[in-house]
Amino acid sequence: MEQKEPMSIQRILVANRGEIARRVFTTARRLGIGTVAVYSDADAGLPFVAEADLAVRLPGNAPSETYLRGDLVIAAAKKAGADAIHPGYGFLSENAEFARAVADAGLTWIGPTPESIDSMGSKIAAKKLMADAGVPVFGEIEPAAATAADLPLLVKASAGGGGRGMRIVRNLADLADQVKLASDEAASAFGDATVFCEPYLENGRHVEVQVVGDTHGNVLVLGERDCSLQRRHQKVVEEAPAPGLSDEVRSTLHEGARLAATAIGYVGAGTVEFMVSTSSTDGAAKVSFLEMNTRLQVEHPVTEAVFGLDLVEAQIRVAEGGTVPEVPTHPRGHAVEVRLYAEDPAANYQPQSGLLDTFDIPTDLAFDQFASFGSRLDSGFVAGSEVGTHYDAMLAKVIVWAPSRAQALRQLAGVLRRSRLHGIRTNRDLLVELLGHPDVVAGRMTTNFLADADLAATVDRSLPGTPVDQGCAVFAAAVALVGESVRHRQVQQAIPPGWRNVYSAPLVETFDLDGTEIKVGWRNVRGVLEFVDVYGEVSGATAAMPVPIPGGWRVQVEHDGIARPHDVLLHGDRVDVEAPSGHLALRRVPRFVDPAEQVSAGSLLAPMPGTVIAVPVESGASVEAGQTLLVLEAMKMQHSISAPGDGVVEIAVSVGQQVAAGDVLAVVSTTSVSSDDSTEESA
Amino acid sequence: MSTETVEPAPELGRREAMLAKLASLDEQHALAVAGGGERYVERHRARGKLTARERIELLIDPGTAFLELSPLAGWGSDFTVGASVVTGIGVVEGVECLINANDPTVKGGASNPWTLKKGFRASQIAEENDLPTISLVESGGADLPTQKDIFIPGGKMFRDLTRASARRQPTVALVFGNSTAGGAYIPGMSDYTVMVKEQAKVFLGGPPLVKMATGEESDDESLGGAEMHARTSGLADYLAVDEHDAIRIGRRIIARLNKEKLAAAKATLTFAEPEEDPDGLLDLIPTDLKEPFDPREVIARIADGRSPTNGAVFDEFKPLYGNSLVTGWAKIHGHQVGILANAQGVLFSEEAQKATQFIQLANQIDVPLLFLHNTTGYMVGAEYEQGGIIKHGAQMINAVSNSKVPHISVVMAASYGAGNYGMNGRAFDPRFLFTWPSAKSAVMGPAQLAGVLSIVARAAAESKGKEYDEEADAGMRAFIEASIEEQSLPYFLSGMLYDDGVIDPRDTRTVLGICLSVINNKPVQGTDRFGVFRM
Repeated sequence: MEQKEPMSIQRILVANRGEIARRVFTTARRLGIGTVAVYSDADAGLPFVAEADLAVRLPGNAPSETYLRGDLVIAAAKKAGADAIHPGYGFLSENAEFARAVADAGLTWIGPTPESIDSMGSKIAAKKLMADAGVPVFGEIEPAAATAADLPLLVKASAGGGGRGMRIVRNLADLADQVKLASDEAASAFGDATVFCEPYLENGRHVEVQVVGDTHGNVLVLGERDCSLQRRHQKVVEEAPAPGLSDEVRSTLHEGARLAATAIGYVGAGTVEFMVSTSSTDGAAKVSFLEMNTRLQVEHPVTEAVFGLDLVEAQIRVAEGGTVPEVPTHPRGHAVEVRLYAEDPAANYQPQSGLLDTFDIPTDLAFDQFASFGSRLDSGFVAGSEVGTHYDAMLAKVIVWAPSRAQALRQLAGVLRRSRLHGIRTNRDLLVELLGHPDVVAGRMTTNFLADADLAATVDRSLPGTPVDQGCAVFAAAVALVGESVRHRQVQQAIPPGWRNVYSAPLVETFDLDGTEIKVGWRNVRGVLEFVDVYGEVSGATAAMPVPIPGGWRVQVEHDGIARPHDVLLHGDRVDVEAPSGHLALRRVPRFVDPAEQVSAGSLLAPMPGTVIAVPVESGASVEAGQTLLVLEAMKMQHSISAPGDGVVEIAVSVGQQVAAGDVLAVVSTTSVSSDDSTEESA
Repeated sequence: MSTETVEPAPELGRREAMLAKLASLDEQHALAVAGGGERYVERHRARGKLTARERIELLIDPGTAFLELSPLAGWGSDFTVGASVVTGIGVVEGVECLINANDPTVKGGASNPWTLKKGFRASQIAEENDLPTISLVESGGADLPTQKDIFIPGGKMFRDLTRASARRQPTVALVFGNSTAGGAYIPGMSDYTVMVKEQAKVFLGGPPLVKMATGEESDDESLGGAEMHARTSGLADYLAVDEHDAIRIGRRIIARLNKEKLAAAKATLTFAEPEEDPDGLLDLIPTDLKEPFDPREVIARIADGRSPTNGAVFDEFKPLYGNSLVTGWAKIHGHQVGILANAQGVLFSEEAQKATQFIQLANQIDVPLLFLHNTTGYMVGAEYEQGGIIKHGAQMINAVSNSKVPHISVVMAASYGAGNYGMNGRAFDPRFLFTWPSAKSAVMGPAQLAGVLSIVARAAAESKGKEYDEEADAGMRAFIEASIEEQSLPYFLSGMLYDDGVIDPRDTRTVLGICLSVINNKPVQGTDRFGVFRM
């Protein structure tokens, strides 16, 4: 195809953050295009800010103050001399109004036209449009007309995304309530209360097709991706191509996507999402259009891997008026991506925040395109980054491209296992477990898989493996602390650690594992450190003196004729053990605690340094939950400290007193229940 | 000189014999560790209290060594092995300290004559090496049936505490329980006292005695409770909420003693491990002590190997002269030492003179001395007496006695007769003296002693014209031999406090490393002033 002389973008502003900003910058840099970042206050220390040629601060942290402020973003582009805006995904990426404003400001919008965004923005309208174009869609079911035969049903927000406002109804009686709830949620989340119902596929697979259209009427269909492994409608594992689809289903999907894109004259990168049912009685898979995402998807790298192209480059080219690239007709090999989240699968996937002390994922590439089979990391974080609570909890995407699917799964699990992630809980163990799960290996995934499967990582935070693995790991932690104590000795530097001429008891190190105290006993027997296992499970484990490594110690634990290398990294009181079977996060329990520093139950601590300006209650007074006990002035603000429950208050401070963060202000001892009982008995 | 060492021929039985002795040593140590026995330890724990050794384990810095002293004190006596007290040297907040902990599971921690001896030895070590003392106090006072052996000399305990204080060697008492009557002066004489709430009991007279003396009704808390002493009498400087807290406070006190080791001693010393595996020491000691062994084999297993800062393992001095005694320079854990080691058992005039010269050399350059004993004594016989063996032995004993550099003695095997003196036996106050399980020490060997007695008795009988009872003689000889044999053995001598402990030969280097580090709390300074050398 003859390439028309495209207009030339000189400097791109990415109206996004984290990994996707870095991803776009990588391609821009390769193409010789300048880069501009925008960043919120919380993100100021992240690598994407430092890596951009120029960076513009968006004051504040809430998305509504920062990354969703189209006006500020456009102003930033103007100020920094950017001539194009790439929206990434999320935030303003599917905001037609913003796309228009960008164009109105004389900037190039790297994305589909506002009209395309609009036409796909309403799911109800989009479904109708697709049905008219001949794309298979689910029939819409009027809530009022639904019968038991239609169950289960899925209630969805028309303007929704990311699973919000989505509800599954299995009982007809619940339908009305659920529609109401979904509608309320949609109204608050998207500003549009419109919801609709469609059949819910219990054993459906989420399969989506990547398309790229250009201004010359070309639509490139880049195969499909399977994104069935999801938790709470959030994708976790994605792969290309989708395993186990018949040619017929595949061509239905590809053809449907082509029709969808063509129907709206789609320009840029987009994704057409389908549900593929796997349990229809006649054995034939049913395909139904779900929605079209008018942006680059998070999981775009798997498509890049198997087709050997750079989708961001394609986006830029198309935005410059160029044509879609030439690609092979069939995907090559297999690519799998996992999303590494800062979350706790064992606590209902609660997002985690904090300092990433160690963040080492051993991949061949970062952001770059694969030249041959291997692994790639797309992440917005580096070791030492602070992971906050303001935005998405995704730490990284790890992508592996291999000749076969089985190899890709195994290789990706290997990369994750060897990764070192310290400081924040992640879903790594869950991902490793998923990648090796027999059903996943066999390609039997549905969108319910994570909710239904019995996965160890969703209940257990300890080290994967046997009690011996765990025992060796805690022993290694103790041995590392021996190395550390020897290093800091002031005297007798070379005397063997823990040496005794008269042995009475093992030396003991105490750790906290997820709230459980673990005592590790050891003794020095002629230069070999021996594990004295108080729990009796791992007798006979030994270790030589540890060897220093950056940030910690390497400990070789011998047990039952097997040498097990452990790397133990120390960050303050945290002890991270990298054992052969995985990662164990421990905390040192200090030998002594100054009683003055111990905080009794029911204590109210100063949330920040400040001055006590009022104490409206007196010590010994009975107080009710929520009652104001004292007022603290800090940073010119007044903070009321109120009783957490009913009880008797003991005030620990006085008016005018300066307090430091964490100081005990008051103690509320809850009214004893047992004394009430005894009163009743005696009465 | 050669640093080449030859592997000792693995002689059958040596290792087995040594391992059997070590197993037996472990058993004897276990007696000390067992304290008052399971029942009393359980009762003590049931009160929520820690044992003496548990208190020490918590007190010392994590992962550091603890050199227990005189663990077999009282061995062979009517008292429990260990003498109801644990003493030793441990590192607390980076400071080497002398720790003295009553074992309340043994008769309530009451002091017997051996307890006293052990305590005195510990104070001597603290004094000579400039160590702070930490007393972990919980003692019911004196073992009254033996008061005659305790009461008068026991005052020295309190005298030592305050003299230590005056020497600027701080003393800290952590009181965990009873510390009454005379025992009350332990916290009383200490520089810092910490008392555990609701546990410490410190008074001159308890309620019954007060009632008898003055008729006053009183209770333990008002007479000597921790709260009272912390808030009213001022005897307690710190009130600890529990035992852990007392130990925590004790550690903080030591941390604030402003005790910095001498810069030279503190500097991290770099050195190589020995060139020969210390494990080989087990193969070295002949089962028959009449058979000599080469002490250079021992030196190769305890001294630093060659390294950029140590060009040779052992620089032997006068290797061709008086070669029944090996002398020379080596380093142990980076500290230079002069070593005197018996090679052929007997000390002749040449050996005595060589030793005398070598000791003076060490004093000239301020280097500590290490004596490795395997001696049967000075040579006897007309030729040697005429050659002046007494005179030369006296020179050596003069040099040893007046030398001012620190001495450490290790009794590897035999240490008989005046050889024990010349090689710096207990009476000559080495800073430290340790014994291997293979050691034997007495005025002479058991067979020789029995033989001497037999000859003397026979001569007496003959002079009286009586017929000598050969049967009785054999019985007497066997009895004497057996009892001398028993009294020559290391446990017996260690029980008498004639050493600082019996150690595994493989631990010798570590023990010496700790001792040399401890010695370096004070500058090493030799002397040029000796007694008049008889020429």
